[in-house]
Amino acid sequence: MNENDQEEEKIPIMQQLIDNPFLLLFIGIAIPTVTYIIWGIVEIVSIPIAN
Amino acid sequence: MTNNAIFRTCPDTGLRFHGPAETLIKLNAVAAVVFLLVGGIMGIGVGLTRWPEVHLLGPQDFYTTLTSHGINVLIFWIIFFEIAALYFVSSVVLGCRLATPKLGYLAFLLMVIGALVNNYAVWSLSSAVMMTSYAPMPAHWAFYLGLILFAVGALIGCFIFLGTLVIAKKEKTYEGSIPLVTFGGLTACIIAIFTIASGAIILVPTLLWQLGYVSNIDAGVYRLIWWAFGHSSQQINVATHVTVWYMVGALVFGAKPLSEKVSRFAFVLYIAVLQIASAHHLLVDPGVGTEWKIFNTSYAMYLAVMASMVHGLTVPGSMEAAQRARGYTNGLFEWLRKAPWGNPVFSSTMISIVGFGFLGGISGVMMGAEQLNLIVHNTLYVPGHFHATVVLGTTLAFMGITYWLVPVLFRRELILTSWCKWQPYIFGLGMTGVSVFMMGAGTLGLPRRHWDAAFTSSSFPYEFPSSAMALMSLNGLSVVLAAIGGGMFCLIIVGTLLFGKKVGQEEKFPRVMVATPPTEAQYVTLHRSGNAISGTLLLAGVFLIAFVVYYFINWKYLAETWGMS
Repeated sequence: MNENDQEEEKIPIMQQLIDNPFLLLFIGIAIPTVTYIIWGIVEIVSIPIAN
Repeated sequence: MTNNAIFRTCPDTGLRFHGPAETLIKLNAVAAVVFLLVGGIMGIGVGLTRWPEVHLLGPQDFYTTLTSHGINVLIFWIIFFEIAALYFVSSVVLGCRLATPKLGYLAFLLMVIGALVNNYAVWSLSSAVMMTSYAPMPAHWAFYLGLILFAVGALIGCFIFLGTLVIAKKEKTYEGSIPLVTFGGLTACIIAIFTIASGAIILVPTLLWQLGYVSNIDAGVYRLIWWAFGHSSQQINVATHVTVWYMVGALVFGAKPLSEKVSRFAFVLYIAVLQIASAHHLLVDPGVGTEWKIFNTSYAMYLAVMASMVHGLTVPGSMEAAQRARGYTNGLFEWLRKAPWGNPVFSSTMISIVGFGFLGGISGVMMGAEQLNLIVHNTLYVPGHFHATVVLGTTLAFMGITYWLVPVLFRRELILTSWCKWQPYIFGLGMTGVSVFMMGAGTLGLPRRHWDAAFTSSSFPYEFPSSAMALMSLNGLSVVLAAIGGGMFCLIIVGTLLFGKKVGQEEKFPRVMVATPPTEAQYVTLHRSGNAISGTLLLAGVFLIAFVVYYFINWKYLAETWGMS
C-alpha cells in the first residue's frame, strides 16, 4: 500500500457521502418517497370503504 | 477536454464559458423573464380583484387569471431560471463542457412547448382549475399534457446537470469536493428530480383519466402526491436561492463561507427532509393520520428549518466577516452601513434574506404545526406566507443575480442604472406589503382561492371584521407597488438585451464584477480580535426572539378560539 492509498482511506464517511452526488440523489428520493408518499398512500388505502 | 475553441474566458470574472452552455443559460434565463412578465401581469389582475373597492374581474376571469398567475410564476418563471442556474453552477463554475448540449436544446424546447400548451389550455380550453388542479375537478387534457411536457424537459435539464458533474470530475476541472455553490445546485437538482417524478406519478394518470383511459382518480391520493410536486417545486426554489445568496456573498464581498462543512451539512439536511414538508398542506386532510402529519411536519420539517437558519446565519455572517476583515470594524454594524446598498445585486439579496427569514420562515413554521395550522388553513394567510418565501425570497434573489448575470453573459451594460438602484426596494416593499397584509387578513379568516373572499354576494353572508377589508385594500396598494417594481425589472432587463451598450468579448466593464477576497492575513487578524460576526449574531438573536414571540402569540390565539369555562 503506497502513501496515496493511505490518504484516500482517511476520507471521513460524511465527506464520502457529500462527495457522491448519486448517493445523495438516492437519499433525496428514498426518504420522502417512504415517509411521505408510501406511508401516506398506505394510510389512504387503509380507510374502510363505506357500505 | 474537448475543443477549446467553443470556450471563452470572461475578462471580468475569469470564468470559462462553454459555448453551448452559455447559449442554453441565456435561452432559459430569457424564457424565465418572459414568463415572469406574463405571470406578473396576471398577478395585478388577482390583486386588483381582491381589493374590495376595485374588485376588477368577474368570477370566471378571476379564476382563469389566478390559475395563469400561479402556474406562470410558481412553475414556469422559477424553473426556467433554475435550469439556467444549474447549467451555470455546473458548467461555468466548474469550467467544463456541458453534458449533451443537444439534449439541453430538446429540454428547453419541451419546456417552452409545455408552458405554451398549458397557457393555451388555461385561457382557451376552460381549464381555470387553479394551480392545484384538484381532481376530480377536471381540466382539459391539454392542461396536464402541457405540465408533463414541461416537467420532462426540466427533468432532462436535471440529468444534464448531473452528467456535467461527472464530466468535470472525469476531466479533473476541479480538485477535492465540488464548490459550495455547485453543491447547492446539486441539492436543488435532487429535490427537482423528486418533485418532477412525483408530478409525473400523478399527472400522467390524470391525463389518461381526461382522455378516457382511466375511470377514476382518487381525490385523496391526488392531493397527497400532487403536493409532493406542488410544494417540493418551491423547495427547489429555496435550495437555489440559498445558493444564489452564497454566490452573491462571494461576488460582492469576496466572502467565503464561515464553515463549508456546516453549510454543506445544512444542504444535506435539505436533500433528506425538505421535500416532506409538503405534508403541511394536508394537515386538515381526513385521509391521513396524525402520526403521518406530525412526523412529516413537526419533526422532519424542523430539521429543514434548522438548515435554513444555518444558511440565514452563515450567509450574512460571511459577508460581515469579509467586511470586517477589510477594516469595517467600528461598532456592531459599520460593515452593514458601508455595504453597497446602491448595488442591486446586493440589495436584492439582503431583502431576500430578511424577507425569507422573518416573514416566510417564521410564518411557515407556525403553519407547519398541526394545531396552529387550524387557525389559518385555506385562508389568505397561506398565499401571504408563500409570497414571502417564493417572491421576496426566491424571485428577489433571482432578480439580484440577474443584474450580475446579464452583463457577464450578454456583454451589455445595464440601462437605466438609477432605476436599477431603486427597483429592489420598490419591489421588496410592495411584496412585503402583499405578504404582511394577506397574512393579516388570513388570520382574520378571509379565505383564499375565492373570487368574493368577503362573501358579500353570498346567500349566507358572513361579516368579517372591517379591519380585514382594510388589510385587503392595503394589499391592493402593495400589489400596485410590487407591479411597478416588477415592471421596472422586466423593462431594465429586456431593454438591456435590446439597447444596452455593447461591451466586447475581450473588453472589461468599468466596474468590478467580482470582488477580491480579503487575504488570509486579514482573516487571521479578524479572528484574533474575537469579533468576527457580532452584528450578525445580534440580528440572529432578534430573529429568534421574533420567532418565539410570534409562535406563542399564535398558540394564545388558538387557545382563544374555543372559550373554556
